[in-house]
Amino acid sequence: MNIIACVKQVPDTEAQIKVKPDGSGIDDSQIKWVMNPYDEFGVEEALRLKEKNGGEVTIISVGPARAMETIRTALAMGADKGVHISDPALDNADAFTTASALAAVIKGLPHDIIFCGQRAIDDDSGQVGAMLAELLGIPQLTIVTKLEYTGSSVKVVRPIEGAQLVIETALPCVVTAQKGLNEPRYASLPGIMKAKKKPVDVKNAAALGISTDVKAKVAKFSPPPARAAGKIICGDDAAQKAAELARCLREEAKVI
Amino acid sequence: MAKGIMIVAEQRDGALRKISFEIASTARKLADQSGDEVSAILLGSGIEGLAAELAKYGVDKVFVGDNPALEPYVTEAHAQVAAKIIKDNDPAVVLFGASVQGKDLSARVAAKLAAGLATDCTDVKIDGGKLVCTRPMYAGKCFGEVVFNVAPAMASLRPNVFPAVENAKAGAVTKVDVAIDAPKSKVLEVQKDTSGKVDLTEANIIVSGGRGMKGPENYAILEELADLLGGTVGASRAAVDAGWRPQKDQVGQTGKVVSPNLYIACGISGAIQHLAGMSSSKYIVAINKDAEAPIFAKADYGVVDDLFKVVPELTAACRKLLA
Repeated sequence: MNIIACVKQVPDTEAQIKVKPDGSGIDDSQIKWVMNPYDEFGVEEALRLKEKNGGEVTIISVGPARAMETIRTALAMGADKGVHISDPALDNADAFTTASALAAVIKGLPHDIIFCGQRAIDDDSGQVGAMLAELLGIPQLTIVTKLEYTGSSVKVVRPIEGAQLVIETALPCVVTAQKGLNEPRYASLPGIMKAKKKPVDVKNAAALGISTDVKAKVAKFSPPPARAAGKIICGDDAAQKAAELARCLREEAKVI
Repeated sequence: MAKGIMIVAEQRDGALRKISFEIASTARKLADQSGDEVSAILLGSGIEGLAAELAKYGVDKVFVGDNPALEPYVTEAHAQVAAKIIKDNDPAVVLFGASVQGKDLSARVAAKLAAGLATDCTDVKIDGGKLVCTRPMYAGKCFGEVVFNVAPAMASLRPNVFPAVENAKAGAVTKVDVAIDAPKSKVLEVQKDTSGKVDLTEANIIVSGGRGMKGPENYAILEELADLLGGTVGASRAAVDAGWRPQKDQVGQTGKVVSPNLYIACGISGAIQHLAGMSSSKYIVAINKDAEAPIFAKADYGVVDDLFKVVPELTAACRKLLA
């Protein structure tokens, strides 16, 4: 099988996000960078498919020079090779541009199944997987928590509001991974050593022949609106506090 | 030139979902500022009758794609028809609901039209004739203002944030007959959640429990409170990772980002990745015996006490008030 996993380097979930004073972006000087957690599920599923069915896993990432660390992490987990799409003109890429860059690489590679995270936890757009599928002209299965490969198709489970869908799709297709799909492995020490020698192609936008013009852009970043100071409910015991809380929710907040 | 505001309505099993009324009302509000028309795309099988319901929420014109191939929802078929209708009618703005289906469809349609898309917006406005969207990023740790360089400007709106307001318009129906390529995907089964609970992303009230719940069996007291208030039970990552609650219940940066009217956090300390996922709730209540827990900094109402005593008392007090 030819399996592709797309990964993005993002700030760790524990990171505090500070907006630059001029609102042009976030201050990333203090940030610890990690592989997007949803992409980890995609990489893990790719590796499991390869281990069961044979084949090769290719990792692709769009990002600045530091994104190479994330590609190496995936290689250390067991992927075979990487493609790093690195170009300062893509630093503010929107989902369409990112998907175009990924599609340009993937069109030149054999591919049976392509994994993406269901969303990246930085911009939270959740668009790239579906856009990539459209640009490649293949089906998409987004937000997948279970996957079964049958040889020529995949059968997946997708949770939606109040239900789960079981969907079958012919290959090739794009699958976007949701938490619950698997438990991603850690890279082993030998894996980390081996990863250093695995091949990673570096390509820029010109080499891919894509436009770096964005369709949508974040014109201004701002911190979340401040919440008014709350009040601590006082009382002699739990019953009193609970009664007062219930009264506040009913009479002040009017939410119950 | 691109003109007017179009929404893509969402129906399931022959009923419009609440988000459809929220986006219709929002579109109406924006259109009234510019004197524009609101149109809607309604896709499915045997659903023409739903057009009248959209009209009630301010839709002037409904494009109905009624075809057995559009039921149940399959991305490829819906995207093909929606993109064709958008292309033929050239709206300036297209709004979707940021539901699971709406997010799946909007990204595919945006790629077909080479359009920009802002996901999960919490505010939209027209500024200088152009759509400007505000949306949480980093699960709400910061907000971004999105502008568009091409038409149509596309956005999906977070459920439960925009009010649904009745404002009856004509809702004139135009049937569209688009040839649909045989999709490569097929829905084999729909496994319905029989609990009857509203999904966290659409819930008005969430009662959520964390590590302080001590074990899965103790969630019964949260279920009881949630049932009484018509709410849904959520959980922190710690509780989900411990196997106490299913993954679908997780609130936070690697779970669901929620915006209920009321979020009651029980035994949740308030790790930054959890706070990110719920801080856009309208009212936040924290119940925790640790007065230093970071959750209290976000809470509108805090109770410093043992949740195992407070929650049952709160349920009793609410029952009395609601009686």
